[in-house]
Amino acid sequence: MPEPSPLSGLDGAPIAVAMSGGVDSSTVAALLVRQGHAVVGLTMQLWNQRRLPELVPDGGSVGRCCSLDDVYDARRVAEQIGIPYYVVNFERQFEEQVVKPFVDEYLAGRTPVPCTLCNNYIKFDRFLEMADSVGARHIATGHYARIRFDQPSGRYQMLRPADHSKDQTYFLFGLTQPQMARTLFPLGELTKPEVRELARSMDLAVASKNDSQEICFVPNGDYAAFLTAYLKETGVAPSDTRGEIVSTGGRTLGRHDGVHHFTVGQRRGLGVAAAEPLYVISTDPQSQRVIVGGVDELLRGTFFARSVNWISISGVSQPLRAAVKIRNKHAAAPALLQPTADPTRVEVLFDEPQRAVTPGQGAVFYQGDLVLGGGWIE
Amino acid sequence: MKVPHLYFDHNATTPVAPEVLEATVSCLGQVYGNASSIHHFGQAAKQRLEAARRQLSSLVNANPTDLIFTSGGTEADNMAVLGVARAATGSTRHVVVSSIEHPAVLAACMQLEKEGVALTRLRVGSSGVVQPEDVRDALRPDTVLVTVMHANNELGTLQPISEIARLTRERRIPLHVDGVQALGKIPVDVEALGADLYSISGHKIYAPKGVGALWVRKGTRLAPITFGGHHERDRRPGTENVPGIVAFGAAAELVAHNLPAETTRLTALRDRLESQILDRIPGAGINGSLWNRVANTSNVCFDGIDGEALVIALDLRGCSVSTGAACSSGALAPSHVLTAIGLPNDRARASMRFSLGRSNTVQQVDTLVEALEASVAHLRRISVHA
Repeated sequence: MPEPSPLSGLDGAPIAVAMSGGVDSSTVAALLVRQGHAVVGLTMQLWNQRRLPELVPDGGSVGRCCSLDDVYDARRVAEQIGIPYYVVNFERQFEEQVVKPFVDEYLAGRTPVPCTLCNNYIKFDRFLEMADSVGARHIATGHYARIRFDQPSGRYQMLRPADHSKDQTYFLFGLTQPQMARTLFPLGELTKPEVRELARSMDLAVASKNDSQEICFVPNGDYAAFLTAYLKETGVAPSDTRGEIVSTGGRTLGRHDGVHHFTVGQRRGLGVAAAEPLYVISTDPQSQRVIVGGVDELLRGTFFARSVNWISISGVSQPLRAAVKIRNKHAAAPALLQPTADPTRVEVLFDEPQRAVTPGQGAVFYQGDLVLGGGWIE
Repeated sequence: MKVPHLYFDHNATTPVAPEVLEATVSCLGQVYGNASSIHHFGQAAKQRLEAARRQLSSLVNANPTDLIFTSGGTEADNMAVLGVARAATGSTRHVVVSSIEHPAVLAACMQLEKEGVALTRLRVGSSGVVQPEDVRDALRPDTVLVTVMHANNELGTLQPISEIARLTRERRIPLHVDGVQALGKIPVDVEALGADLYSISGHKIYAPKGVGALWVRKGTRLAPITFGGHHERDRRPGTENVPGIVAFGAAAELVAHNLPAETTRLTALRDRLESQILDRIPGAGINGSLWNRVANTSNVCFDGIDGEALVIALDLRGCSVSTGAACSSGALAPSHVLTAIGLPNDRARASMRFSLGRSNTVQQVDTLVEALEASVAHLRRISVHA
């Protein structure tokens, strides 16, 4: 069975492992202990799953992130491998920096990527500070991605993991060089079945636990229900974004219950009868209109990405060939990156127009396995 | 990374004292009868039960028959707050509670609020002490209960129970006192205090978890909150936890024996801890009143520090302390007690509670101060860079 080679260059200081209670991060902690590292296990409590009870009529027993069950599992693994273990509460920061922006983006007619915000502001920021507090130089997580130091450029580079089916680099495009210098992804060279096998071989109780799905704080992937419940709880009237459903030609086809129910490319739930299948082409929060059209109208050949974070390269000064991924499940499509006057803004010109280029989603640029960087679709 | 662990969190719970352990084990092994049974085995259990009741009653100067054993402080608090309010008749009911009570009292009051009872929360000043005038001003014709704790669990501050009791007795309003953090730390005389109900807990005085008691003055009307058998003179159904109660009695005996000397010793230790912290760590300050508090508790704010991070850093250095009540560890909001005494959120989050006990020595306190000095300096250094 393959096992990642022991990490070198670590000076014996403890490694802080972000333990979610799942099989991946549990395996990371156990592996590092087996390799002789001092390890401190920390579970980030990010969201109180009992907070919006109307979303989980069954009482929230389903195994989602930050449930008491997950903390139980993480604590059990920590006990088994004999490491100090603590639960740290980042609920306040998570709500400020992930949940509120997520809600605001939806209300502004964009489709946000909360996992990226969480990585940028919580997992690789607040968590690094917590690692500092416990005297840890490095952090390790169960992400499927690879980091290597490139001598010639003096940069930390990010690569897709050995197991492309578990690739999480799409959500990691915001990582800065100082963050990457301190981050270990011990699972980057392994496939998921290999990780499960490792977990089993180390008798970890979580070896056959299901993978987490969807966005951790949104039960059953129902964004609209989450938004409604959250806005109600925080005292914002939930139903003030109702409006018209309009064709690309400007014809009113019907009415809708709120723009946040719609995302670009969505086909179901429009409630409009038409000869050909209709898709959401865009949403306009100003006029509260949802614009729909045929599948061809979803195609776009070009867009701008803002707030680009360059990872494996320092930036682009000349047009650069890259494969560009515009949502997590999108197969990266060949494109040309065209620099603009602003080094953190590029124009992406696809070779072939792509479906559902969605404002608010991330656009991540690849060359082979190398992650060049990424930004937000304007 | 094996380090010896030192314990400075005695307000969260205490280790079982060897003398208490001995009494408990002998009881667990031999006295297994149900104290309600009429036979030999039941009688043996009943004898131990009543002996323990006398030990505890003697410690708090109560009539033994007025002491009801419970599963702990929370049940005693719930029984008092819910029981008194629900027993009250009248078209409207009003309860007065201090804003620095333990959640076992506060949450029970909030439950009453849902049942239609009006609630007045008494503010406290920066000293962490309820003012009797505020109690007087809060009383209404329909007030059915006043509940104020004896010693605060986070600050250690003592509340003016006798003065409050004078006001409530004049108006014949029952006064409940949560004495969980006072018993074993100061002399408690429920008669002299003038309270009508008084909650205590075993595991705060070196008995095991799972046993507590509520003292109820004769004549106080109390509606039941649990239903079942006729135990504890019909006031608390459920087979008595005889080994736990025996332990509680033994622990009470220890308190009676050790309290004056231990108070002197802990006061000196606490003062040493505080003066060393203030001397050696810049930007540290004591929260709450320095006077009128129990001997073992110190609540200290370290400017610019994240309390949660400091607890973890200290634990990794072998010193176990807490940011406040263990019951609210990991809570989103900062301590309601520290907020109530006027600390802004960042200072409340930067505060630590040290609570000393029997096992702590001068050397241990010095070790704690060293660990604190190093951890606070480290945390401040990294937060400059962050």
